[in-house]
Amino acid sequence: MAELAAAGTGGHHGAHGGDGRRDFLRLITASGAVIGVGAIAWPLIDSMNPSKDVLALSSVETDLTPIELGSGITVVWRGKPIFVRHRTEKEIKEAEDVQMSQLIEPQPDSERVKAGHAQWIVLIGICTHLGCVPLGNKPTDPRGEWGGWFCPCHGSQYDTSGRVRHGPAPLNLYIPPYAFESNTKIKIG
Amino acid sequence: MAGLHKSDIKNPVLNWIDTRMPVFTMMEKEYGSFPTPKNFNYFWNFGALAMVTLAIMIVTGIFLAMNYTPNTEMAFDSVQRIMRDVNYGWLIRYVHQNGASMFFIVVYVHIFRGLYYGSYKAPRELLWIIGVALLLAMMATAFMGYVLPWGQMSYWGATVITNLFSAIPLVGTDIVQWLWGGFSVSNPTLNRFFSLHYLMPFVIVGLVFLHVVALHITGSNNPLGIDVKSPQDTLPFHPYYTVKDSVGLCVFLAIFAAIVFFAPNMLGDPNNFIPANPLQTPADIVPEWYFLPFYAILRSVPNKLGGVAMMFGSIAVLFVLPWLDTSRVRSARFRPIYRPLVFVLVAAVVVLGMVGAHRPEGIWVVLGRVATTYYFLHFLVILPALGILEKPLPLPESISNPVLPRRGGGGGPLPGGVPAAPMEKP
Ligand code: HEM
Ligand code: FES
Repeated sequence: MAELAAAGTGGHHGAHGGDGRRDFLRLITASGAVIGVGAIAWPLIDSMNPSKDVLALSSVETDLTPIELGSGITVVWRGKPIFVRHRTEKEIKEAEDVQMSQLIEPQPDSERVKAGHAQWIVLIGICTHLGCVPLGNKPTDPRGEWGGWFCPCHGSQYDTSGRVRHGPAPLNLYIPPYAFESNTKIKIG
Repeated sequence: MAGLHKSDIKNPVLNWIDTRMPVFTMMEKEYGSFPTPKNFNYFWNFGALAMVTLAIMIVTGIFLAMNYTPNTEMAFDSVQRIMRDVNYGWLIRYVHQNGASMFFIVVYVHIFRGLYYGSYKAPRELLWIIGVALLLAMMATAFMGYVLPWGQMSYWGATVITNLFSAIPLVGTDIVQWLWGGFSVSNPTLNRFFSLHYLMPFVIVGLVFLHVVALHITGSNNPLGIDVKSPQDTLPFHPYYTVKDSVGLCVFLAIFAAIVFFAPNMLGDPNNFIPANPLQTPADIVPEWYFLPFYAILRSVPNKLGGVAMMFGSIAVLFVLPWLDTSRVRSARFRPIYRPLVFVLVAAVVVLGMVGAHRPEGIWVVLGRVATTYYFLHFLVILPALGILEKPLPLPESISNPVLPRRGGGGGPLPGGVPAAPMEKP
């Protein structure tokens, strides 16, 4: 609208520096309009973000005693699958002994488990490629070459620390916030 | 008094309306006497077929929505109820479900027509661009619609496709959570997809309107790809092409009905008979057939961001196609090198479709990469180069006076060399 009004009177009308002033007015009007549109658009856009009830950090407690050595379970936290796996001595050793240079996203195993609880690995069970749930909790599942998890969607493979060893996934499996409440119980979230 | 329209309509009531709002005059001008090249073949049916399909989708969709519940707890069951309990619910749903496939078949043929006869070239560039925008809008609509029945493939398709945006550096995760309204595909996601799935078809109607406005400014292309030179080259749209379109429409509807009544699940995925389970990914995630070539391109690149970029790029090249093709000759009939290459392109896309339906292993990986490479080579290298290297065949003088003998097949222009006059009945 401002454009039209200004164009109507014509740029040449404004004598002695009128052009500059007109440009300034135009700029102010246009920025006002942009801010206004933004102010109206933002609430609409933000309404699509996760709402407060979704955000409310629900937490789940998990008893570790039923998890057999060498297998894992899936618990649900915030609608996402969480893998809790009881690792064998061999699996722990494999995870710890890997050279960083061989990893796609280098990270030592010690940073991915809680100190003193190396037999437990807790991961968000969502492939970092396009979000499928990898297989490998049951010892009978395909676990891929590195003995961890195998994603059926596009063939990504993870090791026993949940680190990606074979693409297309670009990143290691994420680790949710969690803490040990006792030696046999964790609280996720 | 200023702008009252002088209407030629005989009926006094219609005349009264037309005088004040000349919609009848407009319809007569755009769809009645509208001068249309007289040498159309049946490829020119597909625009009209797409319009009819759009109308069918909107009507069936509105009635489905009366019985559908967009809630993760109830969506799957509400669709089962439509299938079993709602009167004719099965019919309405099967028409809607297979209608999406029919829509894509029609539009893909329509696009092929454009590629083969050079309909994207000046002065029809904008018309073409609106068409590509229509394709994108259709894809978004079909993708969101497929999520609604909340089966396993709905859920995991939605997961994989929304996760494509996580490839965007820095803000990827935020964008994906914004799309979901949560931390995974969940109830808020289903709600918004339903809302948008209802909205998008009407956006498509708006785009179709603009598509037709642009078409009626430039006029239609034709199988010879040469401009209309005189009124002798054209026929009034009605009754000539209303009738020709009706013939095609009857055949189309017969095929559509045969699928709906005899093989309604032919194109569907069995996994979608299983309710969505966020904790278990089906062994093979495959999109609907009409997305397979694009899915294959995505998977052919062994890098997440690269794959996503190439997939979107495969549509992006279509937007700039009018400027990539440097040849001034429109119809492939007169382009001896381009002509076989369009078919190579079609073959590449078909191969990509097959690749998309198989696990990315062994030969499929190789085929996927070769076909992806050809797809981009075709648009980005071959088309710009051909305009310079290719020597086109001599063009006919005009539509009503083609100097060339008819070639076999390919839906010839007209009875060769018939003088224009006898065709000239209004
Ligand atoms: C451009 C036109 C449209 C396309 C391409 C389209 C596509 C689709 C697809 C592919 C499905 C999934 C079918 C299935 O697997 O069951 C679907 C479902 C659905 N669509 Fe549409 N649709 C269109 C227009 C509409 C309109 C205008 C409405 C009106 C609200 C609508 C309402 C629905 C509903 C309620 C469902 C869920 C029920 C079901 O799954 O059958 N659609 N749509
Ligand atoms: S989603 Fe896991 S490899 Fe693609």
